[in-house]
Amino acid sequence: MYSFEPSEEQKMLIDAINRYAVNDLRRKAHDADEEYGYPKEVIDKGWELGVLQASIPETYGGFGEHSVLTGVLAAEEMAYGDFAGTLAVLTPALFALPILACGSEEQKQSYLPPIAEGEWQPFTAACIEPYFDFDLLEMRTTAEQKNGSYLLRGEKTYVPFANEASKMIVYANLEGKTQGFIVERDAPGITIGERQKTMGINALPIYKVSLQDVLVPAEQRLGGPEGHDPTPILASMHLAMAAMAVGVSRAAFEYSRDYAKEREVFGVKVAQKQAIAFMLAEMATEIEAIRLLTWEAAWMVDNQKAEASKQAYLAYIGAMDMAMMVTDRAVQILGGHGYIREHPVELWMRNGRGFAVLTGLGMI
Amino acid sequence: MIEFEMPKPIAQQSYVLQTVAENMMRPVSRYFDEHEHEIPWDYINFMHMAMKATGAGSLAPPEEKKKEGEEAEKKEKRPPIGYQMLAFMLEMLSWGDVGIYLCTPGGGLGAAAVEAAGTPEQKQKFLARFREEKPVFAAMAMTEPHCGSDTSAIRTTAVLDKNTNEWVLNGEKIFVTAGQKSLEESNGFVVVWATIDPSAGRAGMRSFVVEAGTPGVKVTKLEHKLGIRASDTASIVLQDARVPFENILGSPEIQPDTSKGFKGAMATFDATRPLVSATGVGVARATLELVKELLAKQGIEIRYGHPRSKLTNIEREIIDMEVMLRSAWLLVIKAVWMADNRKPNPLEASMAKLRAGDIVTKITQRALELMGPIGYSRDYLLEKWFRDAKITDIYEGTGQINRLVVARNILGYSGRELR
Repeated sequence: MYSFEPSEEQKMLIDAINRYAVNDLRRKAHDADEEYGYPKEVIDKGWELGVLQASIPETYGGFGEHSVLTGVLAAEEMAYGDFAGTLAVLTPALFALPILACGSEEQKQSYLPPIAEGEWQPFTAACIEPYFDFDLLEMRTTAEQKNGSYLLRGEKTYVPFANEASKMIVYANLEGKTQGFIVERDAPGITIGERQKTMGINALPIYKVSLQDVLVPAEQRLGGPEGHDPTPILASMHLAMAAMAVGVSRAAFEYSRDYAKEREVFGVKVAQKQAIAFMLAEMATEIEAIRLLTWEAAWMVDNQKAEASKQAYLAYIGAMDMAMMVTDRAVQILGGHGYIREHPVELWMRNGRGFAVLTGLGMI
Repeated sequence: MIEFEMPKPIAQQSYVLQTVAENMMRPVSRYFDEHEHEIPWDYINFMHMAMKATGAGSLAPPEEKKKEGEEAEKKEKRPPIGYQMLAFMLEMLSWGDVGIYLCTPGGGLGAAAVEAAGTPEQKQKFLARFREEKPVFAAMAMTEPHCGSDTSAIRTTAVLDKNTNEWVLNGEKIFVTAGQKSLEESNGFVVVWATIDPSAGRAGMRSFVVEAGTPGVKVTKLEHKLGIRASDTASIVLQDARVPFENILGSPEIQPDTSKGFKGAMATFDATRPLVSATGVGVARATLELVKELLAKQGIEIRYGHPRSKLTNIEREIIDMEVMLRSAWLLVIKAVWMADNRKPNPLEASMAKLRAGDIVTKITQRALELMGPIGYSRDYLLEKWFRDAKITDIYEGTGQINRLVVARNILGYSGRELR
């Protein structure tokens, strides 16, 4: 059957996240952007919503089952509040979800309970690399087998909370295949660089991480010595970005719509001009279309459908374009005011471009 | 719960219809494109027989069941999927050939209008004919020579003759899809939009069932078109055409300050727009599949999962087309799902329509560019689909009208507030 109605449980979760997104994230997003970070209690409050904890089964300290679809709904709603804030709240998922999806039984038992049962802690992952053609499927960071261990070499960038994190997953190219490795932040050979500044996610502390012959024991390879299939991780990364792109776009659409209904031009509201009304109609349609594409891909992942990872990629590609189009138009609709940092649309436009480059910073 | 599992009856139907599309439509696609105004009777007769046997695709109410009790109760528990079945059917047949699909007997937009606005008696009276021995057609006549999208400006009049209790219709309608087949080639009908009070504006708009054989009704012209050439597009003149009082759809009373009649027309669109969108999606899918097949023949493989900057232009184009196609189709499915579940869907219906019109024109146009001399040649159907596609963005509300509908919905504006 087809159905487009979230379950009662999902609706309750969305409601709770919506309140947090609107009352906490959105309210503080401007200052967090200008001041390079959220107050700890905002992150803690987001963590207490239990989005990640509800994805982890009881056996590993959580209280639910992992559903990518629920994750997509949650990520969209939180990013409706603020993109960088959502990435910050969900940073521990970058470490926990790959272990849950691909880790060995030992890895799950040893790493998941402290995360699921504890407060927000900066467990993280090093994925993105500083090259224009960075590709999740063909990484330049390499893993080389040596005496039953692995040697990691390469440069990573945009690693959230790398300075505080005790552990991270490092993705590397092992004989042409992307593989995850569970690495101690203090392992010899790891250098955490200066905090990085970007165009649009100032509220998320991100760092360069350099890996010089970092020795990782075979049992710290994600999935154990045999490794893992990277597909579910990539699908989760693509869908996290797609869902957050929908959330940010929704925010930008609603704000510019409401503004257009208030602002007067030539004796009428600016929204009464077809030039503006049609832009809004196209934004709404685009958001709805890509939202459904994202939902379907997430449903396909949950139900192990054959083309799920391809569909997740398509949703991501669609979402990247949608977010840029919608956030750009939101600024355009506010005109000169859109360019002023007092209104949030310019931040959303800076976020909007991010979806094309930040895959790997979120997982659901 | 959010679900995307194709219901079994739809999967079975699609399997059968694909065979029809491949064997009865594609082989004659080019012939009927090049022989405009010839009627594809083989397809029509086959479909009539098949639909009669299976009940598929019919908007006619099911024959009244004598037995009541358990069986009926059991059936009610299943979520309704009638409109979903129809959308999938139209998508697949249009994947075969959208021009020939438009010749499918069974009522089309005319029956949809009766279904949306008719009383149970009217449905029984007008829709039963689709189950008869011979194929029957029905059409909707809205557009007039001086007005298209501005439907409330129609001039065709309907005046009640109180002596005979008949409506007398006068006016000219153009661009009536399947008008000729409905009035001259079968025992069908045309749902004609007219005003019962020209001074009342939208409040005076009503639709009337005008049956084949009604004196004073004449098909005066068949258009020559860019595409969908197998489908007849007729002009109809109504000259003192008399129809029985009970052929009016909706109330004969004019309630001042309401536009119920007009809203009746618009409610029909909520049901039909997603279905027309489905036909566009069918053409888009046919195009994309053929392009991929031609590329595969030359050994070109599409790689997924990589950043755009590492893809070839062809890969980027194909991936973008896949995004457009699937997302548009999901909007259609959501709109018909809402219709099935009796949720008001004017916003979703217009979103689906504007998106489908956009993507089918984009996909067919880009496909021709990508395929170069092969795409432009009549050796393949790509150039035909390019021509067929364009109508999706025009009929059943142009892309601009649907933008207007979406805009009014999201802004909470009336027609007066957003013109």
